[in-house]
Amino acid sequence: MVLDRGFSYLLLLAFFFLILFSTNSFAQDPSDTLAPESVTNVDAFDTPNDNGHSITVSWELSSDDGAGKNNVVVYEVYRSDSPEGKFEKRGMVPAGENTFEDQGAKEKDNANYLPSHKNFYYRVRAKSDGLFSDSEISLPAYAYGQWYHTGKTPVLVAVILFSVFAITFITLARKGKLFYIRPLAGIEAVDDAIGRATEMGKPILYIFGLGTADMIATIASFTILSRVAKKTAEYQTPILIPCYDSVVMAVAQETVRAAYLEAGRPDMYKEENIFFLTSMQFAYVAGVNGIMLREKPATNFYLGKFYAESLILAETGSIAGSIQISGTDEIAQIPFFVAATDYTLIGEELYAASAYLGREPVLLGTLKGQDWGKAVVIFSLILGALAASFGFQFFINLFRIQL
Amino acid sequence: MDLYDQMMNLDRRWVYLVIGLVVTITAILPFKVPLYITPEVRSVYNFIESLEPDDVLMIGVDYAPEVMAELHPMSYAITRQCFSRDIKLLLCCLHQNGPGMVEQVIAQVSKEYDKVNGEDYVYLGYKPYPGITILAMGQNFRIPFPEDYYGTTLDSLPMMKKLTNFDDIKAIINISGGSGTEYWINYANGRYNAKLAIGVTGVMTSDYYPFLQSGQIFGLIGGMKGAAEYEDLAEKGGYISREKDQLWAFKSMPIQTTTHIVVILFIVLGNVGYFMSKRKKYGKYEHP
Amino acid sequence: MRRSVPLLIVSITGFFMLIQYFIPLEESEWLYERILDWIIVIGCFAMLLGLWSLTYVSVNKVKRKVPGWGYNLVALSGLFFMLIVGFVPGQESLVRGSAFMHLFEYVYIPIQASMFSLLAFYIASAAYRAFRARTVLATILLVSAVVIMLRLVPLGPLSGINQWLANFILTVPNMAAKRAFWIGVGLGATATALKIMLGIERTYMGRD
Repeated sequence: MVLDRGFSYLLLLAFFFLILFSTNSFAQDPSDTLAPESVTNVDAFDTPNDNGHSITVSWELSSDDGAGKNNVVVYEVYRSDSPEGKFEKRGMVPAGENTFEDQGAKEKDNANYLPSHKNFYYRVRAKSDGLFSDSEISLPAYAYGQWYHTGKTPVLVAVILFSVFAITFITLARKGKLFYIRPLAGIEAVDDAIGRATEMGKPILYIFGLGTADMIATIASFTILSRVAKKTAEYQTPILIPCYDSVVMAVAQETVRAAYLEAGRPDMYKEENIFFLTSMQFAYVAGVNGIMLREKPATNFYLGKFYAESLILAETGSIAGSIQISGTDEIAQIPFFVAATDYTLIGEELYAASAYLGREPVLLGTLKGQDWGKAVVIFSLILGALAASFGFQFFINLFRIQL
Repeated sequence: MDLYDQMMNLDRRWVYLVIGLVVTITAILPFKVPLYITPEVRSVYNFIESLEPDDVLMIGVDYAPEVMAELHPMSYAITRQCFSRDIKLLLCCLHQNGPGMVEQVIAQVSKEYDKVNGEDYVYLGYKPYPGITILAMGQNFRIPFPEDYYGTTLDSLPMMKKLTNFDDIKAIINISGGSGTEYWINYANGRYNAKLAIGVTGVMTSDYYPFLQSGQIFGLIGGMKGAAEYEDLAEKGGYISREKDQLWAFKSMPIQTTTHIVVILFIVLGNVGYFMSKRKKYGKYEHP
Repeated sequence: MRRSVPLLIVSITGFFMLIQYFIPLEESEWLYERILDWIIVIGCFAMLLGLWSLTYVSVNKVKRKVPGWGYNLVALSGLFFMLIVGFVPGQESLVRGSAFMHLFEYVYIPIQASMFSLLAFYIASAAYRAFRARTVLATILLVSAVVIMLRLVPLGPLSGINQWLANFILTVPNMAAKRAFWIGVGLGATATALKIMLGIERTYMGRD
């Protein structure tokens, strides 16, 4: 009886362990032994808007990506130049993504060179931790460059629109139409400032700032210098122009020489008054400050590109007792000039000053074109704000640029 | 001249003297200034924290010695953080007086972390015309910089083998004291879509908030305050230490604070003098 | 001929760079890279022009012993000394520890930093002189400046309000004004570039 009971307990224990192990095997996750489903509809095509050395691959996600066995970790993309050839790995993207851009180099000696107009075949591998399944091989695709970047169309439209405005108003100006420009206090004070220098028998100091000859602010300043130099030639007032950049110096010399010639006083032109100082910011400031305190000019013009030295120049000019007219498109320096100089041209007022001084039809016409451009921008901003508020994504997408 | 006229027309040399004394006294007797970490500085720090070892970060150092008080601390803190995390650095300089600044930073910090030139960092050197250079780097670093700062061909440097242009780096951090930042924004981000953060002087900071809001830059470290915030974060992360005297901007905050207070007091003084002498001149109820 | 050739070069290069922006082809990129190379080469020649100009003007002033000629002599000495110290050792002069870098770190950097530090004094005197509440707009400028400066000053319980106000000023009116400024400057720059490309703006050639 004891033996029977013991044997029964043994049987019961064996049965219990049998159930336990079989339950474990029933509870085993199929994903541990089965690979994820492969992706489908693999499509390879030339990457749009590029230089012809990139192919994009897209596919439909595996049914086990976020569903089903839910065991996809990455997608690996493989490429070969023939369907039967060796496929090499080109890259991978995490689960959930269904595109990959196979970007190659354009240099032939680069290890990553991807020739254009050559067929390539792609395969996508859906991979979990140790298991994977490959897709069908895609149809052949080759890379080629595009003649036009469609993603930059908004920029093209803006350039064409603005050019049309500018050319239209230039044409109207040439035909004799008069345009109104609001008075600019800084420019209206130029004549008085030059007159003051003449009365005091002191020179005028003209500073281009730290700009180079290719900067718009410096180019605008050349035009103003031309007018100022002509006036100083008429009034026989010396003008000193210490330059930061040698090319600016060369252009300034030519500009002043031409202005003196136009005023009928070529003999008054002195090349040594327009000189290169240094191309170090604070060495330049030290040099100009020295000139200001020694020569004590009656009028200082600061017209161009200025940085941290703007306040040092303006304060030293104030100490020297000069009347000061400034103008820059460097927004950070505007407050310093507003605080420390007598008249300030802010931003595009500097660009407009040349048109204002000369009243040339062409320059006035361009200014009008700019104003119309600004009107279009303001109108677009208002419409865009409304569109964003009410969810009209179509309007906002019209301005989106893809690089 | 009565007191109010004197207040309004104070000789500027008194102003200079007071400023000089305030700066000197605060430098000798410093105090702690509470710092609020701004989101734009934190985003730069967090971005670097998210990078993996061997990721490549580009640092464009475009400033001259005169602004080193504000910008050098940023360069040091960021470089130390990157080298601590084994992030590789690609450095360049587009300011004519900046090459020495970069050399100072990289020579010192690479020694602290035993980093090797060509393997852990590459210093491209200086080229003029920042806009042109950035546009060229967007195509291939080798166009404007066939050799590095020390005269070694780029292709012979192990780190450069996998780097062609901006597509191969995680982000660019431009630390600039001048207009170089605009070129990085317009060309590196605008044309090549490179991820960009900037560190600029205090006076330039307000100019770049529009770019932060539009997403053209992902972080902005502004002036000495921004540098102090970054040093604070880097110290908490264990990348720099107060004991080794590596928190320069943080140490300078008391001086900046007291100077600001003095400037505000002078403004108040000037305005009090202005209103009181105007009132005296025109009487209590009459105005010109 | 003297004017028309440069105008033609400027127009052709300008229009090419404009059109190239929209053409992603490899051939277009190649031409663009060649132009970038040329611009860097021309920039280096411009530096030589500046060096020649400074030397010529300074030597003339020293020869004629004009008032202050001693400063020109110092400038020339500094220029040629740094050139020799930089060029003779070659590439090694750029490494930290060289004579050139010593001069840079212990002479040039302190001089530059000292000049920049003048700003601290000048800001104070300019602020004192200029920030007067004469008009409504001047008062707004004054109050905004004070609020922004107070960001860095520990104000105890008022710090939070001041930080919020400073942040509001920086991110709303400041940003709006800056955006308007950038748009205006951008349009002005575009107009000037268009004028240069069309040959309307010719002041860069020195003669109108």
